[in-house]
Amino acid sequence: MLYTAISTLFSHWHRRPGQLAMLMLGLALATALWSGVQAINAEARGAYDRAAATLGQDQLARLETPDGRPLPLTDYIALRRAGYLVSPVVSGELRDGEARLRLLGIDPLTAPAAAQGPALDGDLDLARFFTAPGLILMSDETAERPLPDGLPDIALTDGVPPGAAITDISTAAHLLGQSDPSYLLIDPNQPFGLAPLAEATDLVLRPPETANDIARLTDSFHLNLTAFGLLSFAVGLFIVHAAIGLAFEQRRATVRTLRALGTPLRSVLTALSLELTAIALVSGAVGVMLGYVIAASLMPGVAGTLRGLYGAEVEGVLRFDPLWAASALAITLLGASIAAIQALIGTARMPLLAPAMPRAWAQASGRIMRLQALAALGLMCIAAGLALFGSGLIAAFVCLAALLIGSALALPALFTGFLGLIRPRNAFAEWVVADTRQQVPGLSLALMALLLALAANIGVSTMVGSFRHTFTGWLDQRISSELYVTGRSVDDTSTLMATLENEPEVDAILPIISAETRLYGLPADVFGIVDHPTYSAAWPLLSAVDNPWAQIANGTGVLVNEQLYRREGLALGDIVAIGSGLPIVGVYSDYGNPNGQAIVSLNRLTDTFPNARPIRFAIRINPADVPAMATRLREEFGLPPDNVINQVEVKRFSLQVFEQTFLVTGALNVLTLGVAALALLTSLLTLANLRLPQLAPVWAIGTSRNRLAWVEMGRSLALAALTFALALPVGLALAWVLLALVNVEAFGWRLPMRLFPTDWLMLFALALIAATLAALGPTLRLARIAPARLAQVFAQER
Amino acid sequence: MIDSDLPLLNLRDICKSYGSTPVLNGVSLALNGGQTLALTGESGSGKSTLLHLAAGLDQPSDGSVHLDGEDIGRLDDAGRAQIRRDRIGLIFQQFNLVPSLNVAANVALQAQMANRFDAAFTAEISDRLGLSDLGARYPEQLSGGQQQRVAIARALAPRPELILADEPTGNLDEETGDIVLTLLLELVAETGAALMMVTHSPRLAQRLSREVHLSRGQLAVQ
Repeated sequence: MLYTAISTLFSHWHRRPGQLAMLMLGLALATALWSGVQAINAEARGAYDRAAATLGQDQLARLETPDGRPLPLTDYIALRRAGYLVSPVVSGELRDGEARLRLLGIDPLTAPAAAQGPALDGDLDLARFFTAPGLILMSDETAERPLPDGLPDIALTDGVPPGAAITDISTAAHLLGQSDPSYLLIDPNQPFGLAPLAEATDLVLRPPETANDIARLTDSFHLNLTAFGLLSFAVGLFIVHAAIGLAFEQRRATVRTLRALGTPLRSVLTALSLELTAIALVSGAVGVMLGYVIAASLMPGVAGTLRGLYGAEVEGVLRFDPLWAASALAITLLGASIAAIQALIGTARMPLLAPAMPRAWAQASGRIMRLQALAALGLMCIAAGLALFGSGLIAAFVCLAALLIGSALALPALFTGFLGLIRPRNAFAEWVVADTRQQVPGLSLALMALLLALAANIGVSTMVGSFRHTFTGWLDQRISSELYVTGRSVDDTSTLMATLENEPEVDAILPIISAETRLYGLPADVFGIVDHPTYSAAWPLLSAVDNPWAQIANGTGVLVNEQLYRREGLALGDIVAIGSGLPIVGVYSDYGNPNGQAIVSLNRLTDTFPNARPIRFAIRINPADVPAMATRLREEFGLPPDNVINQVEVKRFSLQVFEQTFLVTGALNVLTLGVAALALLTSLLTLANLRLPQLAPVWAIGTSRNRLAWVEMGRSLALAALTFALALPVGLALAWVLLALVNVEAFGWRLPMRLFPTDWLMLFALALIAATLAALGPTLRLARIAPARLAQVFAQER
Repeated sequence: MIDSDLPLLNLRDICKSYGSTPVLNGVSLALNGGQTLALTGESGSGKSTLLHLAAGLDQPSDGSVHLDGEDIGRLDDAGRAQIRRDRIGLIFQQFNLVPSLNVAANVALQAQMANRFDAAFTAEISDRLGLSDLGARYPEQLSGGQQQRVAIARALAPRPELILADEPTGNLDEETGDIVLTLLLELVAETGAALMMVTHSPRLAQRLSREVHLSRGQLAVQ
């Protein structure tokens, strides 16, 4: 019996393959976008974990100096002599032009077992590893990137994260020009009877990094992606809900007949659930494949974003994880169940003797609309409250969610209210308005989906546009030197700077010199600058004391970037632990940098960090002399072409990084809008099938099918336009929340909001095109419908 | 097993109200196996309601419905569904065919649900009802008379003991209605089923072995 019930119910789809395709498409798209985002997140988090696990950092505590600078070798020797099992690591970054490599030098003889890691397993040639010139271990991906010159032989291994390399401590010391260890790894099994390490040394004990810095930094980015994935999933579920709702209405008569002929309600519900499960599993499988393709194609962009925005090294390749696929299928089933729950409850509650005529689909009562409007009001209040008084990233995202859901819930009431204001001048117009009002409940879900997609689009593009505008202006101010030069080595650079300083056409040489350190417990860079109007005249400061540049030049002050300033809640005048401590004299914006940064005078920098020497410098020169100088540097001084770049190239590269950063967001934006258009199409198809009883009488009393079809098309466009009009303020509010709340919490900087009316016009046109495409099929069908089909309505109405 | 002393269908003091509106008021009626009974009455007299109660599609407000001695009001939804599936053939005025199944599948539907599908017997009734050439068509491609014949074939295919027909010719013209009823009565006689048929037409009612008239929720003539 169950089989007969299932096959009878399923025969519906045989007769309506298009509807089945739409349902499956909705489910597949929802699964694809959600699981794609999850795959990207999982891959990135896996990369962070692998990075954290390098040398067992996720398991081993370490000893380091309070300011993160190398510790004296004598400290290490003293601890070893006292019997403590500690192992030195020399760590640093090798830079050569654009080539960068994170180098970790270890001592395999003293390193704890957990630090040996997969990299040192297997067939490693230990003799070559120990003896000069040494051996350097890195992954395939790292080896394929541009690498600094002067590296020893490379051995490929999977156990090293991208962008990093492991070598013997002596090789690392030689390559980095640093003889003292950067930190000491602590073996968890210390000999019995020794005093705790904290009492034996002045070095700082840092616990294992279970959640590493990068994971913490990038949380907001992944949360952003997840939010987008969730939005797409929800919009996809609107399609599923519409398709299931339509099937439910169409099969009311079949369900009633089945029950009348002796199928228990339980069996009908079981049959419907099994059918849904089968459809969800097949669609989910398609969605998982699609999700994998989407994720794999977005992965290089995401890797670029994470590298550009956070300095996080993630492989641009996606691995297939069966667990991910299984969880995506589970999510599809859950989503399909959520979308179908209303239809299943409706079936369970449907009286056996209910009329089988399809009623207007999902006709919301006035009570439900009032409840929705009240919920919308409540959510808006929550959003406003959080915007004004909330703090933290979670509060910012809850504010976003409340704003979006609230505005979506308010939509039907606003539409109905708006239609109530229209005063038609003739009977036909009156019918059109009344008929539209009757359609609002049926279309509201699809229109909500469209509203969400449009608002997200406006919000995100306003944010990105504002960011681009500010970033471009900021680049113009920050990248003001005419030429940027990278020497072949530190010594070479010094010679070059000294030579060029005496050239008559050169106005100034500005060394670009920095040192890595830790400020407030987290990695940071300190830059040293010379006293020159390039900085004092052009650099934008967000806030400063009087005459900050003079204090910088005197070595009595420090400038900090906005990220550090906001993250640590600093104020002007606060002392930053650089050298003996310097007061903050100003704050500068530093877009795109994940870390804290500080600027001091060049002298102060070299005093504090004696090892810091520039390999890059900028040349201030008359712009007319730039080509000649660039040619001279390449030909006379033998610099490779890539080592001499002009201002325009630097800006272009920076903008490329910027565009790459928002590539994924843009792609998800477009996909979400596409899904929303599909949701609208599904709902219009649904209504087209159920609305014949409303249209037939108007046709019968003398309105042509063509005219009715034009009214349908016009109505779809009007509803889309109205939805856009409501989406615009919601989108702008969204942009404000993103710029003023989420950005500050997530990235540490705030941007001024700019408006881009041209973009709105384009989006408006896009919304109208989407609505036209969605309405085209149902409209054409109505224009061509056989008169007999309309006449049949009257025959069935007895 | 059918106890020959017990009526096949026994409706005892049936009352039914919708809200505060009474529809049936103390109706008692018995129908023996093989009997045919016409239930007549003006619109709103409660004929269809009585038929639905007899089929277990609805529950009486008071009184009881016994099928072969079993009080079907005491059964749950699944129990009543089983009675309908295995023992009752239902014919509706609106045909109630499954639109997504073709004629052959519609005819076989209830018999297959009851695990009593007999291909030869189904083919025979389809042939007798003139449906043999229509097997691949869908309900929307049939005329009203053809749809009603499919509904009759579906009701007869599982060889039910009781057929309940709600104005089976109400949607048909007089000539087609006569033909359909003749076929129905022939097949009922051949299968030995009992038939209770709701009709407005005194002319059609006369063709059945018994006629009862409902007026304002009560039996007027028995």
